[in-house]
Amino acid sequence: MSAVTTRRVPSAAAGGASPGRPARSRRARVTVAVLFALPALLLLGALVAYPILYSVVRSFFDAGGHRFVGVDNYHELFTDSATQKALRNTAVWVLVVPALLTGVGLVLAVLTEKVRWATAFKVLIFMPMAISFLAAGITFRLVYDQDPHRGVLNAVAVGVHDTVTDSSAYPGARPSGAKALREDKGHGYRTVQDVRPGRSVTLGLVGIPAAKLPSRARPAMDPAAHHATPGTVDGVVYLDFVPGGGGRPGVVDPKESGLPGVKVELTRDGRTVAHTTTAPDGSFRFSGTAPGSYGVRLPAGNFAQPYGGVTWLGPGLITPAIMAAYLWIWTGFSMVLIGAGLAALPRDTLEAARMDGASEFQIFRKVTVPQLAPVLTVVFVTLVINVMKVFDLVYIIAPGPVQQDANVLALQMWLVSFGGGNNQGLGSAIGVVLLLLVMPAMAFNIRRFRRGRS
Amino acid sequence: MKRTLAVTGATCALALAVTACGGGGSDSASSANQELKGQTVTVAGVWTGTEQANFKKVLAAFSAATGARTEFVSTGDNVSTVIDSKVQGGDAPDVVMVPQVGVLQQFAAKNYLVPLSATAQASVTSNYSAAWKNYGSVGGKLYGLYYKASDKSTVWYSPTALDTAGVTAPKTFKDLLGAAKTVSDSGTPAFAVAGQDGWPLTDWFENVYLSQAGPDNYDKLAQHKIPWTDPTVVKALTTLGTVFGDDTLLAGGRKGALQTDLATSVQKVFGDKPAAGMTYEGDFVSGIVSGDLHKTVGTDAKFFPFPSVDGGPAPVVSGGDAAVVLKAGKNQKAGMKLVEYLASPEAATIWAKLGGFLSPNKGVAATSYPDDTTRAMGKSLVDAGDAVRFDMSDQAPAAFGGTQGTGEWKILQDFLRDPSNPKATAATLESAAAKAYQG
Repeated sequence: MSAVTTRRVPSAAAGGASPGRPARSRRARVTVAVLFALPALLLLGALVAYPILYSVVRSFFDAGGHRFVGVDNYHELFTDSATQKALRNTAVWVLVVPALLTGVGLVLAVLTEKVRWATAFKVLIFMPMAISFLAAGITFRLVYDQDPHRGVLNAVAVGVHDTVTDSSAYPGARPSGAKALREDKGHGYRTVQDVRPGRSVTLGLVGIPAAKLPSRARPAMDPAAHHATPGTVDGVVYLDFVPGGGGRPGVVDPKESGLPGVKVELTRDGRTVAHTTTAPDGSFRFSGTAPGSYGVRLPAGNFAQPYGGVTWLGPGLITPAIMAAYLWIWTGFSMVLIGAGLAALPRDTLEAARMDGASEFQIFRKVTVPQLAPVLTVVFVTLVINVMKVFDLVYIIAPGPVQQDANVLALQMWLVSFGGGNNQGLGSAIGVVLLLLVMPAMAFNIRRFRRGRS
Repeated sequence: MKRTLAVTGATCALALAVTACGGGGSDSASSANQELKGQTVTVAGVWTGTEQANFKKVLAAFSAATGARTEFVSTGDNVSTVIDSKVQGGDAPDVVMVPQVGVLQQFAAKNYLVPLSATAQASVTSNYSAAWKNYGSVGGKLYGLYYKASDKSTVWYSPTALDTAGVTAPKTFKDLLGAAKTVSDSGTPAFAVAGQDGWPLTDWFENVYLSQAGPDNYDKLAQHKIPWTDPTVVKALTTLGTVFGDDTLLAGGRKGALQTDLATSVQKVFGDKPAAGMTYEGDFVSGIVSGDLHKTVGTDAKFFPFPSVDGGPAPVVSGGDAAVVLKAGKNQKAGMKLVEYLASPEAATIWAKLGGFLSPNKGVAATSYPDDTTRAMGKSLVDAGDAVRFDMSDQAPAAFGGTQGTGEWKILQDFLRDPSNPKATAATLESAAAKAYQG
């Protein structure tokens, strides 16, 4: 791509000089050459060379720019945990994204050669290139939103999950302040005290909005007002909260409602021996229970919180999530470039391979890819350079709390220099390191163009 | 950040008030002398949208009284950078409305500012409490006049949620915690905490700290004269941890809080599907409630002052925009006249009537505010007198107190994620602060 722009800029000065009087004409030629090159040199000097040199100089000074600090900024760069994280993330980006993009682009380019609506397909894939990173970032921030009502990915995740699993009856309910129940190591709640047959238990729960009770719920049965039956463990599971306040924890007050449909288990030595479900008034009973001491357990399934989807924007998934957005934008670029290379390939080798009975996959692997290698390298190296400079997507997609988890060098450079850090010394140092990292890839690209010309 | 929110939250309802009260201010104009005729005063500030429109009404009244032309330039969020470049580029405005104490001090240190005239000083002395005068002064000289202020010690609640739980507005932090537990028991999580934005967490901390450790310690900490590892900080963090540490009190738990920004936190309490009973943030919450959610402040949404912690006085944390005059401005004299005008109760009353505005000026009559809620906030701001404290994170260097993803914002987010070790959090805060204050 950039081959076109770098080629033959200076040759303009070559023509124009007449033969004879060699010394004068040479001097004239040099003068003309300098005159012609001057604007370009001035521009390059002012816009490229000077800023680079100044950044290098600035990186040896402190935040204010007045005190020479030697290599302190570089030292801080490699010891500061935020910058280290940014370095690591940039490394991951460089390792993963260019290879992935080149691969996906190659596959798409080869496939589009073979489909009928190739152009339409290509336009579609290329379209995201026309969208600014800012807009794409904002769009993906929404796509990844945790709330299934906003984030489309989580809408799908929750939708699929909920068709497979039933939701619980009383999400988020927990024992009331009466302390009749305690946490039972991931199995829900169980009675604090052991229960013997002939006794009733009063199990108050809170944290359920009264408006969300099922319509069949009735006022809670009050165990204190009825006589327990011998050989039976019974009790009530109820909402231990009176709307508007005034209820007593652990006591079934007149206005309190039973909780129907709660699964109740009778346990002995940690094993479940019987289970039942509560009635509309919240009551339950295990009759014909042998003497002994039991526990009553409300399994965790009653209270499971509804599935909230995947935390795409959490610390763990944030970098892959941003990479996916980047992939969405840049796939078109690599596909079109590789596609152009593909179109320029001599067909005869493919035909020959086909005649020799090679399968399509073999042709792809053994003929197409090797012949495409120069194009693939250019795409790959260009992407490496681009990926090292990735900034906007990370800045926009990563929410504040995980910004540091997603941090990359270019973003860190901006953050420490202008985004609040106000330390342009350290920022320059990061810029210089970034330049050094990009340099090999640039050198490689330039060498390739030179070789391509000769 | 804060600014943008206040702006997006700016009320649509105000549009009515604007047209209704717009004409009032300028009637007296014709009789006044036109001493500044032909001069132009340029004012820069962060205001956009409704806020800008309202401020322009104030400027129009000034023009009518003095004959000066006025021009408002919006600087966007980063006032210090914009003004820096304007001063260096020889295109400085005459008056700047500075939104942070830190920036005002920075300007004074760079020798950008003209001390206020004797007239302006006299109005500040008679109409403002000493606290506001202090925040406008650097090195004993008064440079800034706080024209607009905010009240950041307001806990907003849904009356329905509190009635359902059968609790009333608490007066102490202990009562607040008890009320919060009861609200949670009633089935609605007590608080929507805007943890995705870091700065609401700093405001939480500042309120607790101001009340618990007292104004003196607050000032010392704001200037980093005591380290963040000070026992008072650890204690305040521990207190804050009693709220942040209890998943049942927070809508969506701690994890949910970290994914909630300010607008969402307000929506969680006052939206159509209430998911929490209370949210803490400053007066600008009312703008979101009425503007974005189309609910009525005063009936659907009410507030109570941030309760007192451990017997200390109830905190009044505030912020504000100070008018300063730039040396580099072309029309310094006229600029100073404008500041003198802004110091008068009349100038504050114009905007007060339009709503979305609080004035620290004691001369502004309570009746100027358009509704009871604003009146109550204005009253608490003025009544706090010298106990008012400016938002601490706005006094700190931006790297520590004002940047997303780093410094205090980030560390308090980490604290919200895991509030189990206040000591370690204090130590992290101190190391970040030490770096930022030295740089």
